[in-house]
Amino acid sequence: MLDSKVPAGPLAEKWSKHKFDMKLVNPANKRKFTILVVGTGLAGASAAASLAELGYNVKTFCYQDSPRRAHSIAAQGGINAAKNYQNDGDSVYRLFYDTIKGGDYRAREANVYRLAEVSVNIIDQCVAQGVPFARDYGGLLDNRSFGGAQVSRTFYARGQTGQQLLLGAYSALNRQIKKGKVQSYTRHEMLDLVKIDGEARGIITRDLISGKIESHEGHAVLLCTGGYGNVFFLSTNAMGCNVTAAWRAHKRGAFFANPCYTQIHPTCIPVTGDHQSKLTLMSESLRNDGRVWVPKTVELAEKLRNGQLKPRDIKEEDRDYYLERKYPSFGNLVPRDVASRNAKEMVDDGRGVGKTGVAVYLDFADAIQRLGRDVVEAKYGNLFDMYFQITDENPYEQPMRIYPAVHYTMGGLWVDYNLMSTVPGLYCLGEANFSDHGANRLGASALMQGLSDGYFVIPYTVGDYLAKIGNFNPVDKNHPAFEQTRKEVEDRINKLLSLKGSKTVDDIHKKLGHIMWEYCGMARSAEGLKKAKGLIAELRKEFWEDVSVLGQNEELNMSLEKAGRVADFLELGELMVDDALNRAESCGGHFRLESQTEEGEAKRNDEEFTYVSAWEYQGDDQAAVLHKEDLVFENVELTQRSYK
Amino acid sequence: MSKSKPVLTSSLGKKLIMSLTGLFLCTFLVVHLIGNLQLFKDDGGYAFNTYAHWMTSFPPIKVVSYLLYISVIVHAIFALILTTKNKAARPIGYSQYNGKAGSAWSSRNMGILGTVLLVFIITHMQNFWYPYKFGSTPYVEYRTEVATGNQEIITSDELPSSYNGYVQTEGNGIETIKSKDLYRQVATTFQNPLLVLLYLVGMAALSFHLIHGFKSAFQTLGWSHRRYNVIIRWVGVWIFGVVIPILFALMPLYFYFVK
Amino acid sequence: MNLTLKVWRQKNINDKGQFVTYQAKDIADDMSFLEMLDVVNEELTRKGEDPIYFDHDCREGICGMCSLVINGRPHGPKYGITTCQLHMRSFHDGQTIVIEPWRAAAFPVLKDLAVDRTSFERIQQAGGYVSVNTGGVPDANNIPVPKRIADEAFEAATCIGCGACVAACKNASAMLFVSAKISQFALLPQGQTERYERAMAMIDQMDAEGFGNCTNTGACEAECPKGIKLTNIARMNREYLTAKLFRQEEVH
Repeated sequence: MLDSKVPAGPLAEKWSKHKFDMKLVNPANKRKFTILVVGTGLAGASAAASLAELGYNVKTFCYQDSPRRAHSIAAQGGINAAKNYQNDGDSVYRLFYDTIKGGDYRAREANVYRLAEVSVNIIDQCVAQGVPFARDYGGLLDNRSFGGAQVSRTFYARGQTGQQLLLGAYSALNRQIKKGKVQSYTRHEMLDLVKIDGEARGIITRDLISGKIESHEGHAVLLCTGGYGNVFFLSTNAMGCNVTAAWRAHKRGAFFANPCYTQIHPTCIPVTGDHQSKLTLMSESLRNDGRVWVPKTVELAEKLRNGQLKPRDIKEEDRDYYLERKYPSFGNLVPRDVASRNAKEMVDDGRGVGKTGVAVYLDFADAIQRLGRDVVEAKYGNLFDMYFQITDENPYEQPMRIYPAVHYTMGGLWVDYNLMSTVPGLYCLGEANFSDHGANRLGASALMQGLSDGYFVIPYTVGDYLAKIGNFNPVDKNHPAFEQTRKEVEDRINKLLSLKGSKTVDDIHKKLGHIMWEYCGMARSAEGLKKAKGLIAELRKEFWEDVSVLGQNEELNMSLEKAGRVADFLELGELMVDDALNRAESCGGHFRLESQTEEGEAKRNDEEFTYVSAWEYQGDDQAAVLHKEDLVFENVELTQRSYK
Repeated sequence: MSKSKPVLTSSLGKKLIMSLTGLFLCTFLVVHLIGNLQLFKDDGGYAFNTYAHWMTSFPPIKVVSYLLYISVIVHAIFALILTTKNKAARPIGYSQYNGKAGSAWSSRNMGILGTVLLVFIITHMQNFWYPYKFGSTPYVEYRTEVATGNQEIITSDELPSSYNGYVQTEGNGIETIKSKDLYRQVATTFQNPLLVLLYLVGMAALSFHLIHGFKSAFQTLGWSHRRYNVIIRWVGVWIFGVVIPILFALMPLYFYFVK
Repeated sequence: MNLTLKVWRQKNINDKGQFVTYQAKDIADDMSFLEMLDVVNEELTRKGEDPIYFDHDCREGICGMCSLVINGRPHGPKYGITTCQLHMRSFHDGQTIVIEPWRAAAFPVLKDLAVDRTSFERIQQAGGYVSVNTGGVPDANNIPVPKRIADEAFEAATCIGCGACVAACKNASAMLFVSAKISQFALLPQGQTERYERAMAMIDQMDAEGFGNCTNTGACEAECPKGIKLTNIARMNREYLTAKLFRQEEVH
């Protein structure tokens, strides 16, 4: 049975008590252990640096040419922390409560509380590293309110908080590389997990430049490999983001939790055509002053689409400010999932705008009139420029076109309170795990979680595991498990390289994306999900029969890299559909058409679904087995969200 | 962190040398110009020749002049070293390189400009410095009545055999100066149109070299300040890039066309 | 629109490489430059030809992975953006586009348009950090930083490490990149304790990597997608010369 290992005792004391209860590794013995860290984003870089500082030997791996390029770098908004610097009533408990509620009561209380608790240390740490957070004229740190929070607890560095935090962690990592405590492997991709006697003891990687398949042994493996949003082909993720490391671990015994929980961000720049390779997020802050609308009638929308009318030609009474109409108290500031779903509804209704008809307007005309163009420019100038750059449309003169896009995945490998997966010695941190955001993530919480896991949780919990290993011998690199796993990896690569069909890998990936978006996107139904399952199975067959993978292993081979990743996405897609099908309730980012209120809002079913779905892999072509971790709420009362 | 390398082996150390020698040469230019402005005095070269003697005989100035020669040589040698390293830093060039999109022409061609200047300096020294110091120049004698200022000038195309260096005497209310006539050397030299042209090219090169070089030297020293950068730029462009080269350039033109 | 591409193709680090001409057909205005290359690559793949390798990742101008010298300019014809943010409406039908990798001895070409930028890594490792361990740091607000200083440090910290400065510089100098990092820490109070050591260590490493020397042409500043200023180089010079000439007691 799944044991979350949440310590007993009052919520606020759990972590302190647990820290005391955990075993320590003697300082002189730390250097006898090697820890492998896969992925060098906020979670990976912070974990690797902190562990190396403690004295462990660390190896880091990333597919990019530098650890600094991991996709954490693209986070714009900010990072939450319960510092209460603004004296506006924030507290650890409030941050905990907001996060649990925002996650629609599908996260583990103890984990979330710990996250809120260490959030304050994160800010101290980052500032000490020289992260240039925004400051007030008095020289102290500035905060803003973000994502509809009632308090100002978000620390930020203009529109690039992610880059600045990552550079901080990266600098700490660099210091350890210089000291020889960390060995950094860039342009390396993890392709499998090596288990010895049931415990994680190494990984198999491919050197992307030379194609060399390498074995790396270690006493523990940390997966900090980010989310799997690219299963949708189009998302705000980087092009290289993939699920391969986590999926390979899943196939080696790590349970995959809540795969269907995906966050669709409402304010992205719409798709323009089939050539589109990725989507660009526009900061959520735009909804503070922008008004969302579509025309009231399909006829008008038609005319807007074919260019007969311009948005400014639509009279006020012909516009439907649907968020303001439906949610008078929150208006345009409803949570991400609600805003996204409503945009989709409008488009499905035939009232979408733009050439493709798959967009809604976000209009700043009122804000410009009310505040003046200068004020609007000061607030959003860089975002407007970015929009102009991409669309060639001037948002000062005509409304922006926006549409939701896949942004973050709350699901991931199942981990216990120590962040250990169901494979002993295999840990999972950051977006790659499932633990802290429940069914929906609040704005400015992703950075907080990645750094909390890396700086302040894993250094303690991994020590507890290592102390219990019982001996300090190096992992036996000649163990047959390495050779065996390595051979399996090579076989798989050879199999991929033998594919000489007519389709490109992207052809298949795009098709998968369409299926996922259509049936497992913003709104899901049993019927649609069942259909999707069949379609994905067919597509998977098509992939293995008719895709073309060019070149050889011994070179920088884009085709091969993509093919391996898409093969795993195809399998993950099926599991997501299974999970979405199983969860016959609406919660957070997961909206089941069968489970809605009379007004069409999401309806949770706490009686039946207050659990984490953790899926156990059974073998190719066999259904994964569902394990349930019941979520116990001792401190908060479950309520239905309402934004009316 | 380990022991750092000696300053002159580093890129910044070498740049420092370029900057300091360059700025030193700039200060020399100002002094040189002020002196040479005496050429425009219509006094038969009296002021200019007096100045020329003073420049070559006053001990502190002599020391400075040796520093100057060393500076020119060091500036050129370090430029060569840095350029070699810069070329090595990009062994394979671009098939297309749009340099003007991001930088001024002069800044990208300091090496060529500098080479032109070096050729100019060598010619210039051969024209004037070498004959004045070691070779033969015309001869001049100024006899000035101190009371009235009436002046008699005696010239000769060759130095008299009795000439034994610059002599200044005063007796009977008459000041006598016997000197090499560098002024006439200048005047005759600039009758050669090719040399005039070379001097004009030299001054154009000087202008572009300094428009970039002057401000660049301060940047290399790290003397960058929002308030003073404007002044440095202005001085670099207008004083060193325009006024000084133009005044120098007027000298050959003056002798070629006016005298 | 239809375009002619002259693309640098090079099999691996040891190959000599050459330009190969491709036709890009039916390219839409609103495609990004990299999406245009995607289209060309899809076609090459269908024909069984090796697609053009280029580095890219976030495609929103922040990861610093994408590169490309396009018609003689790093990150293409526009200012202040990366290649991934460049759109095809900046080109016209029938145009010939020459695409080359970053050129520098310290950035060897790995394949086609991708170069090895690990020299930047080693420079950062030489001293681009504040030596603090996790935990045991003072409260964040115990270190006040005047807003102007914080803002200036932030400006320097926006560098995405793409290497366009090196690519743009006629001397393949990395000084804008190095100075941005040195500046960030030289400005902030957190960076003071290792200020001079850091400058020397990073500059020594920069020299060891074989980058060229700055001749203050300003091309780096003009082509930097993040607008990193030349004043950072002046500051770096100041830091280094101060360290070398006046602060020997504070350094090894």
